[in-house]
Amino acid sequence: MSTPLLELRNVTKIFGSKGNPTVALDDMTLALDENVPKIITVAGESGSGKTTMGMLLLGFYEPTWGQVLFRGRPLSKLKGADLFQFRREIQAVFQDPFAVYNPFYKVDNLLSIPIKNFKLAHSSSEARELMEGALERVGLRPEETLGRYPHQLSGGQRQRIAVARALLLKPKLLITDEPVSMVDASLRSTILKALRGLNQESGTPIFYITHDLTTAYHISDYIIILYRGSVMEAGNVDTIIRNPKHPYTQLLVSSIPWPDPDLAWGGGEEMIQSSQVAFQVITGCRFAPRCPYRMDICDTKPPSLFSLERDHAAACYLYRDNESVVREELASVFVEA
Amino acid sequence: MSAPLLQIKNLKVYYYVEAGAVKAVDNVSFDLDPGIKMGLVGESGSGKSTMALAMMRMIKPPGRIEDGQVILGGTDLVGLTVEQMRQTKLRKLAMIPQGAMNALNPVMRIDKQLIDGMLDHGVIMSKEERTARIAELLDMVDLAPKVAKMYPHELSGGMQQRVTVAQSISMEPDLIIADEPTSALDVVIQRQVMATLNRLQEQFGLSIVLIGHDMGLMAQSVDRLAVMYAGRMMEIGETRDMFREPLHPYTQLLIESLPVLENKGKFQGIPGITPSLLDPPSGCVFHTRCPKAWDLCSEKIPPFTEVQPGRWVACHLHTA
Repeated sequence: MSTPLLELRNVTKIFGSKGNPTVALDDMTLALDENVPKIITVAGESGSGKTTMGMLLLGFYEPTWGQVLFRGRPLSKLKGADLFQFRREIQAVFQDPFAVYNPFYKVDNLLSIPIKNFKLAHSSSEARELMEGALERVGLRPEETLGRYPHQLSGGQRQRIAVARALLLKPKLLITDEPVSMVDASLRSTILKALRGLNQESGTPIFYITHDLTTAYHISDYIIILYRGSVMEAGNVDTIIRNPKHPYTQLLVSSIPWPDPDLAWGGGEEMIQSSQVAFQVITGCRFAPRCPYRMDICDTKPPSLFSLERDHAAACYLYRDNESVVREELASVFVEA
Repeated sequence: MSAPLLQIKNLKVYYYVEAGAVKAVDNVSFDLDPGIKMGLVGESGSGKSTMALAMMRMIKPPGRIEDGQVILGGTDLVGLTVEQMRQTKLRKLAMIPQGAMNALNPVMRIDKQLIDGMLDHGVIMSKEERTARIAELLDMVDLAPKVAKMYPHELSGGMQQRVTVAQSISMEPDLIIADEPTSALDVVIQRQVMATLNRLQEQFGLSIVLIGHDMGLMAQSVDRLAVMYAGRMMEIGETRDMFREPLHPYTQLLIESLPVLENKGKFQGIPGITPSLLDPPSGCVFHTRCPKAWDLCSEKIPPFTEVQPGRWVACHLHTA
């Protein structure tokens, strides 16, 4: 097996003081391979650690324990040309289409600066061509976008320019954190289409972080469900949305507001009411205090991931008779079944 | 048939900027019956939040209610003085804000914030009555009694939003306007807050105007649905009918663009961009993006017409 592009190895991230620590991500191991051009979603509620995971992968946070590796080398030790390569090969699209722009500069800057820094063009006309090409690929008309200031464009247009910027650099991996949560419903599909297009045409893997299971279901191949820093369930997105096995995933899926009045919210009422459990020290399964199927074993230690099918695993003692998946091989559930 | 609780008649709200008048709400009319939950949806810039502010008489300069009436229980709110309006708020209608974290005072305990409105409206309560009322309000929104002595930062987003729900019902108004109350929350918490709101709605027979852009949430929670586009009302009807058989091409495209379980991987947006409200297109505002537009659409504004009982639409396809 080749060295993965980007890898979390037993990564734990703790915020807060010694007296009052918050474990944002608990012993996470995940390898992202550039040769597997899939879209992997990480989903969970606020405080599940999904954004922390993205920040660690991008090198914005240092892990408390464990290592983040880029092509087998620790991210925090990268220097010079290696760091430059990392900055080019790993691209990101963030949540807020307003905050990534400097309001005093034309939006062209977002595209021309990477062209300049990474020396993608030899002349200004070539640079212009690159910019126009990238914009067209995300469904924007260059003549309507270039030369404008951020406030003259809609949120959807701005977010698509951010995607265009990522395209320009031909990344090996794209990390997107809630790219459509601040965009109107009618524009969401355009942005998701642009992302899906990048994935299919260039074979770029995408790491899609979201709390929205509807878009996750539509765009991704695989999904990881996080709860308070731990993986609850992982595998094929169709299987998990249609037939969730972990009680937490069942609650999440039953709470999706599908845009269909005949498909009513239902199930999991008992878990809904008990969500106000204070943040307490939990020795066993993170979800146990809210779980209707809680057993004695759940409080002893966190369950490992139990294999359900070839591309589906759940961290729940209900399935303890199944074979467990080795932590290091979380990515192994993301293989073509 | 009972009289409508709320009647909006030909409401126009313009914002005066250097370049001219931005027609944020342009000639909008609709009725709302008592005890009904109505959803008001639209893209950013469609005028849905301006509608909420206009109903609360909270439009600030350079904005102005240009024309029209907001009749609540027989009284035209647009004609009230500032003091009369202050008396009406909370007692007759209340608003649940979008971001609870910005709506609560960070340095005031929850108990004080809950009854501040009541005290301001001159409700006289003894110390015991206050404590009892606070406990009652917290109980109504499923919050533990100990929350009374806490500060907003000690509560989660969902709990904070529930405090604002408790505030809004503290004087038992007839109408609650909720501006995207759950847009900052996760699906599970969103469902909890909506469940609380629904229970209170049934308990007190409230009317609710739920403003938002999440059609999924609307499908799950409102009785009637109103669709706005570029400051104008496009269509109103029963939620089920609107989803099953949308009449206006805009509503049709909006519903088709939604991700449902069956059509995985299909991404269909609405082509084109929303028009400038400074200089809206002639005729129907949607004709520039409408796949079914013909000559008449750019010439004449389609009248907002009741095509079936309770079903209103502004489109030449259905009214010409």
